[in-house]
Amino acid sequence: MFDALGDKLQSILGGLRSRGKLDEETISKAMREIRLALLEADVNLDVVKQLTAAVKERALGAEVTKSLTPGQEVVKIVHEELTRIMGSADSRLAFTGRPPTVILLAGLQGSGKTTAAAKLALMLRKDKKSPALVAADLQRPAAISQLEQLGKQIQIPVYSSERNDPVAAAKLGLEQARSQGRDVVIVDTAGRLQIDDELMHELEEVHKVVKPHNVLLVLDSMTGQQAVDVALAFQDRVAFDGVVLTKLDGDARGGAALSVRAATGKPIKFASVGEKLDQLEVFHPDRMASRILGMGDVLTLIEKAEAAATEDEQADMEARMMAGEMNFDDFLVSYRMMQRMGSMKSLISMLPGVGKELKDVDVDEQQMKRVEAIILSMTPRERKLPHVIDGSRRQRIANGSGTTVQQVNQLLTARKQMQKMMKQFSKGKMPALPGMSGKR
Amino acid sequence: MARSWSELLGDEGDAEPEAERRRFFGRLRSSLGRTRSVIRLPIGRFDPRSDESWEELEEALISADVGMAATDALVERLRKRRDVDDLGQALVEETEALLGEPATLAVQERPSVILVVGVNGTGKTTTIGKLAHRLSRHGRSVLIAAADTFRAAADEQLEIWAERAGADFVGSTKGSDPAAVAFDGVAAAQSRGRDVVLVDTAGRLHTQTNLMDELRKIRRVIEGRLEGAPHETLLVLDATTGQNGLQQARLFQEAVGVTGVVLTKLDGSAKGGIVLPVAVELGLPVKLVGVGEALEDLQPFDPADFARALVGADGEPDAE
Repeated sequence: MFDALGDKLQSILGGLRSRGKLDEETISKAMREIRLALLEADVNLDVVKQLTAAVKERALGAEVTKSLTPGQEVVKIVHEELTRIMGSADSRLAFTGRPPTVILLAGLQGSGKTTAAAKLALMLRKDKKSPALVAADLQRPAAISQLEQLGKQIQIPVYSSERNDPVAAAKLGLEQARSQGRDVVIVDTAGRLQIDDELMHELEEVHKVVKPHNVLLVLDSMTGQQAVDVALAFQDRVAFDGVVLTKLDGDARGGAALSVRAATGKPIKFASVGEKLDQLEVFHPDRMASRILGMGDVLTLIEKAEAAATEDEQADMEARMMAGEMNFDDFLVSYRMMQRMGSMKSLISMLPGVGKELKDVDVDEQQMKRVEAIILSMTPRERKLPHVIDGSRRQRIANGSGTTVQQVNQLLTARKQMQKMMKQFSKGKMPALPGMSGKR
Repeated sequence: MARSWSELLGDEGDAEPEAERRRFFGRLRSSLGRTRSVIRLPIGRFDPRSDESWEELEEALISADVGMAATDALVERLRKRRDVDDLGQALVEETEALLGEPATLAVQERPSVILVVGVNGTGKTTTIGKLAHRLSRHGRSVLIAAADTFRAAADEQLEIWAERAGADFVGSTKGSDPAAVAFDGVAAAQSRGRDVVLVDTAGRLHTQTNLMDELRKIRRVIEGRLEGAPHETLLVLDATTGQNGLQQARLFQEAVGVTGVVLTKLDGSAKGGIVLPVAVELGLPVKLVGVGEALEDLQPFDPADFARALVGADGEPDAE
């Protein structure tokens, strides 16, 4: 996400970085390029002008500190202004002292509300809440069963009723959730066009009845310029508190994030970055700005890794890794850890400096599934002591996992190489990862 | 004014009456009202000697979703002209030139296979329903193959459309192989002697490698069953999409060789400028455009009309 914009700014400011002195002409040229890059990324024209004007003014002022080159200073200013427009702080949900906390989701058809509701519920449960889902989407017949299926998948209760009055359904669902002692209730509503007066009125009624502590607008990140119109119309009716930006796993540049924030003053709170239900992230404006500028998002990456590995697993792994061991049990654990962290592609895009080089690398998630299948077809003894795997065992493993002997061999070789690497690491030859330390 | 279905299908005679063509142009014009107002702003005070004027024009085009490369191409063409005194007229002409000649739909073979692809929620199924209706009215016997085996209701929705259009319908069960459904559809059309096969596919994000592979397979299977098929592969593009639309077009083209674009949901708040980069950078013609929900709101795309509706230099009063 935001890759193209990051690339653009990087190539423009790369020239600035190496220049010793900043004159007005250079700044103007850079500003023009930045402006066009932002416009092309679907950022609203007024927002772009506001941003570039602020950057230019500050760049021309006497703010160049001694420790930075003038070029670095411009990068810093652009970064700060991007961050400022997108909101300068983490945007958390409001929780009431008298549970349940109610969260209302609204948005256009097809923006991804139902999926976002389930993702949000899962995220809240990881935060030690006991969430519930309420289906108030009675427009689309399949919507309730979709939510119920999702609820089942993540084992979170869904309250729905077959009434044809969404206002009553929302109210009843909320009461049921309350009586069951759930402390957060997420209400999923039907999609509606911002110019459909009748349905917008219905949304207001649902809002009145459930008295939400948080109203979230769900917005498709591919929407483009229209995002601002949509956001303003919904703000008018239900005064939402924040935005859930969806489908950022595509390659949309997501200028909508900037535009909506600037137009409504409401923060982007969450970003949906994949089809899996755990692929919802808290939106960090400052980190996102770093990412736009190609500085990577190591902080998010580290946070994810920490959440993915349970402490026991981590300690266990570390001990064996220090001993230079890497059997297939470890392989499987680390592999599943990576799965929990999200798709390889989204992980790679977060590493600083690799955005450009690896942009075209297509990580084959299918291949990773194959790896898992192969390991699961091994006996516990084979996993622990890989050297016992001879020719006939290889054939059996290949048959069991629906792969070929060749593919099994590849995996065996890969494990050996990893173990070799681990040994080197444990001897203190751990290569320093740029940007991993010293930040904050 | 306005391209007729007969022209799009390469038929002789029986064009739509003038009144209907006018009505459609009116709809197109009001749909592009917002976009036009953005573009017209700098035109009124344009000074060809002023860099600021050119910059303003660039910004207006980009914020109408025209994108950087297509804007550059347009501006370059305008700068080469001597007569930009009437910028509006010049812009209409250059826009039309970039969009290329009015396209035709390859439905001459019997059967002709039209594969319809796109990301989720752009309006593929509805487009097929409306297209089937038009083709029937223009004397084609149509068969619809529901190769969207992912979404349960897609099947039923499409069957209703098929019934309305008097088209044959080849359905599927949920979760079955979409390529097999496409194969069955083509085979059935061959044995029954139908003129056109419309193949619906499930929506997919263009970045999902597996699902794009599945689409490649559907195409391969159609090719294998009937030489020269699919005769058209139409990408359905939502007009509210920004520059990502170009990326969608690029990746779908790479995967299954798109032959034309259907621009949907051009409903008044959409910008619609995305058709320019698609035409300029990928050389993909827009063949059909949808300006509303009604059956007759799906129409052949006419570059000249679109250029006039976008820039509004034809002297007609605005609908708003």
